[in-house]
Amino acid sequence: MTNSSSPKRNEQDQPETSGPVLKSLKTKLSKPEDAEKKIVGKKLKDVEISVPIVYGNIAFWLGKKANEYQSHKWTVYVRGATNEDTSGVIKKVVFQLHSSFNNPTRVVESPPFELSEQGWGEFEIAITLHFHSDVCEKPLSLYHQLKLYPEDESTSLSIKKPVVVESYDELVFPEPSESFLARVQNHPAVSVPRLPVGFTLPTPAEDPSERKRVDTKDHPLTQWFTNFSEADELLQLAAARQQVQTHIAKLRRQITVIEGQQQQLKPSSDQ
Amino acid sequence: MDAKDILGLPKTPLSVPPEKKSQPKKDSQRKPDGISREVYALTGGLAPLMPSIDSSYLKKRPPSDEKITWQWLPFTNSARKDTLQLYHWVRVVNGVPPTGDYSFAKYNKSIEVTKYTDEEYAKHLTDPSWTKQETDQLFDLCEQFDLRFVIIADRFPSSRTMEELKDRYYSVCRSILLARASSPADVSGHPLVKENYNASQEKERKRALSMVLSQTKQQEKKDAEVLAEAKKIAESRMAAKGVEESVMPATENEFPETTIDHNDTLVSLSNVRLAPVAAPPSTLVIADTSSTLASLRMLPVYLRTYALEQMVQQASSSAGLRTIKRVEQTLQDLGINLKPRVPTKAVCAEHLELRKEILTLLNLQKQLQYKEAEGSSLREGTTYSEMPGTPKDRTFIPDAMSFGGNTCLCATFLVKGPGRVSETPSSPANKRPRKMKASDL
Repeated sequence: MTNSSSPKRNEQDQPETSGPVLKSLKTKLSKPEDAEKKIVGKKLKDVEISVPIVYGNIAFWLGKKANEYQSHKWTVYVRGATNEDTSGVIKKVVFQLHSSFNNPTRVVESPPFELSEQGWGEFEIAITLHFHSDVCEKPLSLYHQLKLYPEDESTSLSIKKPVVVESYDELVFPEPSESFLARVQNHPAVSVPRLPVGFTLPTPAEDPSERKRVDTKDHPLTQWFTNFSEADELLQLAAARQQVQTHIAKLRRQITVIEGQQQQLKPSSDQ
Repeated sequence: MDAKDILGLPKTPLSVPPEKKSQPKKDSQRKPDGISREVYALTGGLAPLMPSIDSSYLKKRPPSDEKITWQWLPFTNSARKDTLQLYHWVRVVNGVPPTGDYSFAKYNKSIEVTKYTDEEYAKHLTDPSWTKQETDQLFDLCEQFDLRFVIIADRFPSSRTMEELKDRYYSVCRSILLARASSPADVSGHPLVKENYNASQEKERKRALSMVLSQTKQQEKKDAEVLAEAKKIAESRMAAKGVEESVMPATENEFPETTIDHNDTLVSLSNVRLAPVAAPPSTLVIADTSSTLASLRMLPVYLRTYALEQMVQQASSSAGLRTIKRVEQTLQDLGINLKPRVPTKAVCAEHLELRKEILTLLNLQKQLQYKEAEGSSLREGTTYSEMPGTPKDRTFIPDAMSFGGNTCLCATFLVKGPGRVSETPSSPANKRPRKMKASDL
């Protein structure tokens, strides 16, 4: 589903959101609901649209040009996780800055949904996403702590290397409207799970030249974006689960052994 | 700042700028007048709800026109039946002693016990199991002891249970009430007429109370567990019903099947003693997950991280705070972030499953501890069957067990890289029984 071919990104792992994986996990979590789905058929309740996004900030130290009140130039933004255009989903983004800024409520109505400013302080920014009316009527708020200085205090500030803090999250629309679904079928920024039988399946192969190229691809900050790969975490989690399961099996064996011993020792016990 | 610049030192991050949102300041309250600072500090800096003594009252002096003397005078108590005269100190104002009865006489209240005449007895109150003499004795005692049935039952000459005595007394009173009433409507409001004393119900109630009181801790725990699970099942059924009603009615036949499973697991839980904790809760957890999922589906939009939080909360709802902390500690030992860095649907699902498995693991560990504790107490020939029972068990077993248990658990996870299970788990397991034997000696 995601086949972005941005020249600037050096990606090895594609964030994988393949259909079969989703489905098998869904069945693990919600057995009775799957049964419902088969009967229900065409209802849109069974389709869940998730839009992976990344939000955060990039901050550059101004070096010689820095003064007491403006030591950094920073940009706070919301982007699609794969750098694709999210304007089909998000209508506008409102960034609520610290009250010491002029006009602390900044509205960005077109992509790229970002805001640049100069300042010296770190504070929490409230990012409110407003969606198109057929997507969702209610806005959703995210909170991001603006970070200007590097974690490690001993690192010297450099003009060239910015401080980047990004958070990955996914917007989940449990009951999308038909128009939204139609609009977003082939969209690379959006992941739509396996559709039930009633829907016409989209053509799997996508013509890259037809897809709209957005500014984000040529954005100067793109080089600093973090590549969020779920593969690593999945591997880690799978390994951890394996360990835990082995331990559980061992404990269960121990318990049965002890129970056996106790049975022999005292037949008249309360057991 | 300039000095640091010159020296080339890094500037300290001004992470607490004065213009940052100010935290709510805890303003130190002024101490009120009249109370010394130290005394006020004793209350924790808060004013007491009600002033104990009004400070102005302390400073008041008695009006100077009154002359107060204290005299040793006799007094009588109207509550007494005899004419005993006692003496006490009296505050005399201007040579006039205070009037009025002894101040404590008003507390001499007594209960009105109905009295019946012999005629009334013959007409309304005869009872096959009670003789007139017994009934008279009962009423005497009732009057003497103000209807304190515990004492009356003790003093009653022939042996009768308290319920029987109460029953007799209340039915006699009721019959008299009805007999003396001019019309039934007058007395229908009286509590005795409305709700008569029910001896068998009282017996049952007292028996149930004493049973609850004498329950052992283990029984209490089990009862609480069963009740909690029953509640969860009921709630999940309600949630399921709520969701159901918004979906087409054709799907209703799907759900009852799954709920029937839950019934079975509940029954089997109560029948089987110390059943493996993992199995039944997992089926119940699936039911609860669907209610959380249902509530999430109601939202027009939500964040994946929010959904994960909700699911984690629901999964840990049956666990105490300490257990939750231990789960988090285990996650950290395994090298897993408490909040996944890339929370996709797949990652969140795996994360949730991992947490649930860790909970299962911790429960099993606890179970194993109990079992081993029981084993050791049995070996010593004692009849204690619960781990938290004797203080002796407490002292050495937790020390040997919890310390050994935790360290070897951590050791197994930290030894080799991810994905490879080390061989060492077997040795710590052997160490455990050996440790116990050493401390047995």
